[in-house]
Amino acid sequence: MRSVYLDHAAATPLDLRAREVMLPFLDELYSNPSSFHSAGKAVKDAMDEARQSVAKILGTRADEIIFTSGGTESNNLAILGFSHAIKASIKNPQIIISTIEHPSVIETVKYLQEKEGFSVTYLSVDARGMVRPDDLKDALTPQTVLVSIMYANNEIGTIQPIAELGKIIQKFRASLPMSNCQLPVFHTDACQASGVLELNIEKLHVDMLTLNGSKIYGPKGAGVLYVKRGIKLQPLQFGGSQEKTLRPGTENVAGIIGLAKALELAQTERQAEARRLVPLRDKLIAGILKLPKTRLNGHPTERLPNNVNISFMDIEGEALILYLDAQGVYASTGSACTSASLEPSHVILALGLPYEVAHGSIRFSLGRSTIEEDIDYVLKILPPLVEKLRSISPVRVDEKYYVR
Amino acid sequence: MSADVTSHDKKQSWFYSDMVKQHFFHPQNFLDHDLDPSEYNAIGKVGSPACGDELRVWLLIDPQTERIQRFRWKTFGCGSAIASTSMTSVMMTENGGMTLTKAREIKPIDIMNRLGGLPARKFHCSVLCDKALRDAINDFYRRVGKFDKIVAESARMIDPVTKVTDRDIESAVLDGAQTIEQVQTKTKVGIGNPSVLPAVEELIRFYKEKYFG
Repeated sequence: MRSVYLDHAAATPLDLRAREVMLPFLDELYSNPSSFHSAGKAVKDAMDEARQSVAKILGTRADEIIFTSGGTESNNLAILGFSHAIKASIKNPQIIISTIEHPSVIETVKYLQEKEGFSVTYLSVDARGMVRPDDLKDALTPQTVLVSIMYANNEIGTIQPIAELGKIIQKFRASLPMSNCQLPVFHTDACQASGVLELNIEKLHVDMLTLNGSKIYGPKGAGVLYVKRGIKLQPLQFGGSQEKTLRPGTENVAGIIGLAKALELAQTERQAEARRLVPLRDKLIAGILKLPKTRLNGHPTERLPNNVNISFMDIEGEALILYLDAQGVYASTGSACTSASLEPSHVILALGLPYEVAHGSIRFSLGRSTIEEDIDYVLKILPPLVEKLRSISPVRVDEKYYVR
Repeated sequence: MSADVTSHDKKQSWFYSDMVKQHFFHPQNFLDHDLDPSEYNAIGKVGSPACGDELRVWLLIDPQTERIQRFRWKTFGCGSAIASTSMTSVMMTENGGMTLTKAREIKPIDIMNRLGGLPARKFHCSVLCDKALRDAINDFYRRVGKFDKIVAESARMIDPVTKVTDRDIESAVLDGAQTIEQVQTKTKVGIGNPSVLPAVEELIRFYKEKYFG
């Protein structure tokens, strides 16, 4: 049976070239980079080189790069770390995020709201998952300390106008009295974007940015937080001077080396890869939308080159995922039934769609291994599976949610 | 009950048991055509698509023996919802059909045992057919005019959509649920029907105090 992996937004395979440069650090180069001997120094040098390489891609200084364990930690460090550091110096601090952020942003901000008295403004998105720049303009106040908007959404692939939002924040900052001119700080979660979009900080106008190794053909357990010079964070853990004391603990050296290499490769190849993926993505979308009672979630053009998210009316996502799995196709669902929470995808609901539509959403995320035959295979096996699940379903979703 | 289920040869782990898999990929007795009114004499329903599961059953019950002759169903739901409904339809119609008296006593655990187990987080939310079945049995007695045999669920209905009662919430709290989210994980109460949540919160407080002071 053919095996078609369409879950690259969840995890990517490790690039062999990244694996290659990692291996010595799982083997003979095992010294602690903090050790004061030549073996330790060799490891430290390699790590510094990795930091330089990441900094170069982002167009930043090496001392602005903090290595973490991944996207979730980077988001937590950015949001909690900054909020805790700024709390004492401003009354009634406010945070702004969008309603479709990753849980590592939403839950962290909710914690600050519920336990530490921050006020939070949630920017709703339009029907295609876009933040409206004017909404951000209206939401900014002199109390706003932090804005966090993701670069591209993990479920529906919508790409936000980060540079435009960044400029709005810069302009707002300039309008404040001098004492406040550092605020608000702008953070973006670029985990899903890092393999395919522009990452130059200067062009994005962001102050903090999150990257993750395992979404860009690097290793799991390695991530990056870019923090602009001058921004103070409070660490989440204590007990060492690593990563400027912001992330104490012996570094995940092999992971860091692999992440830096993977990022370099992904960024070098990103435009060619996007040109290759977009037609495959659009072929899959067009093919699925030929089926009755289906709906594309997200933006038709401002979307990640590898993301396809479809709601299949009248059926529940998990059931379809399992039927696809039996045919060798690995996809993902925002359906509640695969998660612990039972609530369906907050992202699909944020688009203004009802629960039953959210329950039937499936994400196919393409990647380097995806070829046209894979798309043809999915389009061949999918219709009878949808047909079968619909035939045992008593639900008939209102046509206003899928008639195009 | 485990988080995931391993196949008998231990070679492959899957989210569901072999029996669940079999019923999921080859569901039995689901309704694949428009029913003629002569093909059933009782209808039951539970859930809503908003809460992620909707189940409808059409039963044909022999009025003389009160045994279930046919059990047809349709469901909107995940793998275990489909499999548990399919399994229930088999249990109800095997061996000449189950009597309504016995059918009324069926508990989710009986269905789960026949399925060879379900992942813990799936159990409470996806085994709904005992509720749809009792709904249909009442419908049958209503249709034949035996009103004295209609059994109103003795507990108080909190969420008419998911048919969650105060007893379900009580057992969820006894089962260790402390918060509304945890009770939802066990019962699905209020998912897609949030207007009932204040009442649920009150009950959680009540039962927590009652049992754990």
